[in-house]
Amino acid sequence: MKMSGAQMIIEAIIAEGVTKVFGYPGGAIMNVYDEIYKQNDFEHILTRHEQAAVHAADGYARASGDVGVAMVTSGPGFTNAVTGLATAYTDSVPLVVISGQVPLSLIGTDGFQEVDAVGISRACTKHNYLVHDIAELPRILKEAFYIARSGRPGPVLVDVPKDITGEIAEFVYPSDVHLPTYKPNYKGNDRQIKKAAEAILKAKKPLLYLGGGVVLSNATDVVRRLAEISQMPAVETLMARGVMGADNPLLMGMLGMHGNYASNMAMSETDLVISLGARFDDRVTGKLSEFAKYADVIHVDIDPANIAKLVDVDYPIVGDINIVVEKLIGHLEERIKPERYQVWRDILKRYDELHPLTYHDSDEVIKPQWVIERIGEKVGADAVITSDVGQHQMWAAQFYPFDRPRQWINSGGLGTMGYGFPAAIGAQVACPDKHVINITGDGSILMNVQELVTASENKLPVINVILNNHFLGMVRQWQTFFYDKRYAETDLSYQPNWKLLAEACGGAGYDVTTKAEFDAALDAALEGGKVTFINVAVDRLENVLPMVPAGGALYNMLLEHKES
Amino acid sequence: METVRRVISVVVLNEAQVLARVSGLFAGRGYNIETLTVAPIPETDLSHMTIVTRGNQRVIEQITKQLHKLIPTLKVIEHSEMVEKEMVLVKFPIEEKLSDIQALCAAYNGGIVNVGENMVIAMAADEPVRIKHFITATKRYNPIEIVRSGVVAMER
Repeated sequence: MKMSGAQMIIEAIIAEGVTKVFGYPGGAIMNVYDEIYKQNDFEHILTRHEQAAVHAADGYARASGDVGVAMVTSGPGFTNAVTGLATAYTDSVPLVVISGQVPLSLIGTDGFQEVDAVGISRACTKHNYLVHDIAELPRILKEAFYIARSGRPGPVLVDVPKDITGEIAEFVYPSDVHLPTYKPNYKGNDRQIKKAAEAILKAKKPLLYLGGGVVLSNATDVVRRLAEISQMPAVETLMARGVMGADNPLLMGMLGMHGNYASNMAMSETDLVISLGARFDDRVTGKLSEFAKYADVIHVDIDPANIAKLVDVDYPIVGDINIVVEKLIGHLEERIKPERYQVWRDILKRYDELHPLTYHDSDEVIKPQWVIERIGEKVGADAVITSDVGQHQMWAAQFYPFDRPRQWINSGGLGTMGYGFPAAIGAQVACPDKHVINITGDGSILMNVQELVTASENKLPVINVILNNHFLGMVRQWQTFFYDKRYAETDLSYQPNWKLLAEACGGAGYDVTTKAEFDAALDAALEGGKVTFINVAVDRLENVLPMVPAGGALYNMLLEHKES
Repeated sequence: METVRRVISVVVLNEAQVLARVSGLFAGRGYNIETLTVAPIPETDLSHMTIVTRGNQRVIEQITKQLHKLIPTLKVIEHSEMVEKEMVLVKFPIEEKLSDIQALCAAYNGGIVNVGENMVIAMAADEPVRIKHFITATKRYNPIEIVRSGVVAMER
């Protein structure tokens, strides 16, 4: 069938089963928007900034497990999208982003709103395309979706010159891809898997080290089953919160810079690390030479480049966690004796009793950790929680009772402030029947605050809980600890009127200074059906603890919460 | 860890951006490129790149894995057993002893390839180490310009 390039893009989006697209129009992408206007198969959600469009598509993808789609124009439209691409790339989120480009004849002439999109995005996309010929457009669109969602997922950019979206050509959407140079390995090497199983049977202190890959590959069930039959303790990275379930007795907690004592000690003393979809990030490992010093390492990852990148690996296994862990269970089921690890579990239990994850609550001032716990008590497993970046993010990761994967959505790898609110919008679109709560700070929320309008217009009742300490809190914390309390440019005392700001954009706002007010505000927000700001005045100088100073050994944690 | 020199052969799809993807990978991740050559493989839609790099074993391993991860990469060959050749062009003033230059080049699989009014251009093609020796030897004939091709290599 003959159609324009713009129509081809619409047809491909429909053929891929996409029902929501986030974006922002502009000159070079107008042909495509004209076709969006004419169709009824998917909904387009207009954000108020291109960065937010990509974050929203990203939040949608993380909440639903499907590919997120965003659309932007050339030049500044594209450059605004770059932070969104980099965020999704670092956390391996499947996205297809379609950007307009100046016409082919203008490329290279410094045309109006021309920028080298594929050049700029090369380092922050899994793959990218500049379409040179309409004949290749159907194939490129098919490949873009396939590459985004297969193997280690990631964002794919398709940059389409304006004349190509206007040109007419024959369209047949390919039924499959032909990519001889791209063949992800899902199966895992059977011999290595068997050796890894033997290592688990021989270990005395094995530890499941669970990363975001478990969430991405929807492998929670099989991973929980491995833990169940073996009774091996587990630690989760920031990206894996929810995999084991908050009440799972085998879960020690989150490890890393702000991990709890038992988790970090477990990693420091284990004799066998079983890494599933984790990548030994520096915020997890601390000083590498001291990390899991006494352990052999089994490393299961879909991306070979992740394996042995930072630590030496004894049992490298490239594959999909579902398949590999299923095979591991096959080897272990009949032979593993959970009581073998009883002493190890007892040791870790004692560590947790010695230094539990806790804080000193107060009747005079609201503690941020209390807010998180309170939200957990109110909505628990029913809510999707997003966050921005900083102290509030760490408190949410530490204190929220995450019970399932895809319940916790945050920019873990890139650490993008301004991610949380648009991601919450995307998550709300993906999960219309769930409460979506963005736990944010008074710094981060302003970085995409214009999305109040998007949420209002689309009746998306995202609740933003602003843990307001009038500081850029995490930087302030580092300044307190490591910069002799020189608070350079971190005092955010000058603030907007949050309530009025939310109301001005069609939302609801609450200023909260007591626990009772918080309860009332949260109840009202959950009932209200409107995008909401709950501005919570919290203890200004509360620190995130425990803390492993950057570059320090994981077992050297600052533990004490001082009474203020 | 000890730094080693490695020759890496990469077979990639011969398509737009592919050289930028490879060189960008080296730049972005801080890997070193000593030489890089690239040319299409006859009668295919593929290109062959030969990259000479240095790094410790972990870096070399990462380079090969990261190269392989690029979508247009078909295969990556990192081998210590490679047959390596490099070519060099050297321009000499016409006043130099042409027979000496001819003899020197002949010892390095080369010869005089062009003679102009004021200069001659000679070439040599040999193993990279020998090319270095050749260049040192040319010094006494006051070379005006030296252009090296970079290394091409083939697995034994």
